[in-house]
Amino acid sequence: MVLVLEINKELRRSYALVERNFNLIKRYLGWEVVFMVYTVVNTLTIAFIGLSPDGSGQDKVLYLVVGALLWGFLSVLFHEVAESVQWERWEGTIEYSFMAPMRRLTYLGGVCLFAAAYGAIRTVIVMFAVVGIFNLDLSSANLLSGLIVLLLSSLSFIGVGLMAATLPLMSAEKGSQAAHILEAAILLVSGVYYDVSVLPAWMQNLSLISPATYTLRAARAALLRGASLHDIRSELLILLATGVILIPLGLLVFNRAELYAMRTGKLKRSG
Amino acid sequence: MSSALECHNARKVFYVKRERKNGSILSRLFARLIPKYKMVEAVDRLTFHVEPGEIFGILGPNGSGKSTLIRLISTLLLPDEGCITVFGHDVVKERFQVRKLINRVSVDAAFFKGLSAMENLSYTARLYDLDKGAWQDTAADILERLGLKTDKLHEPLEDLSRGMQQKIAVARALLTRPLLLLLDEPTTGLDPVSKKEVQDFVLEERALRGTTVVLTTHDMQEADRLCDRIAIIDYGRFVAMDTPGGLKSQVSPNGEDVTLEEVFFALTGKRLKDNGKPENGDVR
Ligand SMILES: Nc1ncnc2c1ncn2[C@@H]1O[C@H](COP(=O)(O)OP(=O)(O)OP(=O)(O)O)[C@@H](O)[C@H]1O
Ligand SMILES: [Mg+2]
Repeated sequence: MVLVLEINKELRRSYALVERNFNLIKRYLGWEVVFMVYTVVNTLTIAFIGLSPDGSGQDKVLYLVVGALLWGFLSVLFHEVAESVQWERWEGTIEYSFMAPMRRLTYLGGVCLFAAAYGAIRTVIVMFAVVGIFNLDLSSANLLSGLIVLLLSSLSFIGVGLMAATLPLMSAEKGSQAAHILEAAILLVSGVYYDVSVLPAWMQNLSLISPATYTLRAARAALLRGASLHDIRSELLILLATGVILIPLGLLVFNRAELYAMRTGKLKRSG
Repeated sequence: MSSALECHNARKVFYVKRERKNGSILSRLFARLIPKYKMVEAVDRLTFHVEPGEIFGILGPNGSGKSTLIRLISTLLLPDEGCITVFGHDVVKERFQVRKLINRVSVDAAFFKGLSAMENLSYTARLYDLDKGAWQDTAADILERLGLKTDKLHEPLEDLSRGMQQKIAVARALLTRPLLLLLDEPTTGLDPVSKKEVQDFVLEERALRGTTVVLTTHDMQEADRLCDRIAIIDYGRFVAMDTPGGLKSQVSPNGEDVTLEEVFFALTGKRLKDNGKPENGDVR
């Protein structure tokens, strides 16, 4: 009971981050619309590839759309979490936010909460646009399986994002660069728009350690072939394990990195 | 009653990359022999205490360690040595407790500049878990006392003048009702009117709530006007610590009228003339 109340309180406080970020979106709404339009167009151009004469039509379109939507969601999630520290540093607010009597867990929880909500909203908008234009047939899809895949992969991507978020605490500039490289690598090896079997052998090995590989494989199985939870259990298990291991590890590493930044003066130096 | 702030032998050292000049081959070769990083003793074993309700000023040239000291107190930097307590709570071991008791205003108004003053304050209220109804009343009261017009409060902060931004930064710090308020050059860059308004507000806040204040400034008149005691810091060390009057009589024992500015020059000026810090920051 006490625990529930405590969790509830921390959740309410973590809403500070959610509200702040949505306020910022409101302020730069024009840009938000532009990005949104760009993402929709980008997804459409990818989906049209599936209609090329040599493709296999609707199935191929769905294959590509699932890849584009999932990647859209996961990369937003990763980005928002991984860049949160770097962004506050750039804005000059990092010391202010970190000096507040708020548990780091609560702060990061707020960051993740916002990332998930924001990513979901964007993805749903793109999805409606794409479904409207292509008349996609989802009658054989297992939507429940798809949803569970999404939830579990969110966990693992939050974990990866948290690990990446610590990088800017250790090195202001290089940390953020490293996060971008990591994201690019995941995009390359995880089979977002193609089957990983087309990759050279060494890249295929890398694809095994990317959680996105399992996300995409499981999501396609669920949405294209109607796979049940039981059919994709091994992928789900891997995603769950990645999240369960990486999130606490990410928090631990984050705390360590913060102490390191406080010892070496890397949080901020001017003033 | 115990001290509001106690600082015992606090020390903070930074390691900064040494600048390498592009000289002749010989001098570049030579440069490889000396370590790549040099040590900067930003805060050099400071010991002092501040009483509850006191306004304690820290004066010193650029790079003398003022902001570093403020950051050590505000739990943003870990001291390498020594011990700092805020109302009896250790800034390292009881970070969380200390954070509830303090707030800080920095030189640069650290805001989300795309957000309005009210949105920034709302973020603060949530971070500090302030009661929703109460904080808005408190904020309205503080903002009014600071002379801020309410019509500006919903505009993005980047469209506001520096003076307004800094006042909002002060308001934000006081919104959380800190027992210890850390002001790091709160009036730098403000015009004389805004400066005076902020100063008046600090005095009023102390009178009203007994808030303890640690203030750094480059403005001698400000220090003279606000502070009960002033420490003059140079190279991370206090070279003097006394009441404004006491400091003045230190410099002019035969009682002629001196300004705090003259005191400052007398106590740090000799080194200032050699143009700041010596190159070999490693050994001092
Ligand atoms: N995060 C940091 N990393 C490395 N060196 C630092 C850091 N912060 C401060 N320093 C160095 O420590 C010394 C003291 O700096 P500090 O900012 O405390 O001075 P200050 O008295 O606040 O100066 P100013 O009047 O210019 O604000 C300087 O030599 C500065 O370069
Ligand atoms: Mg400073």
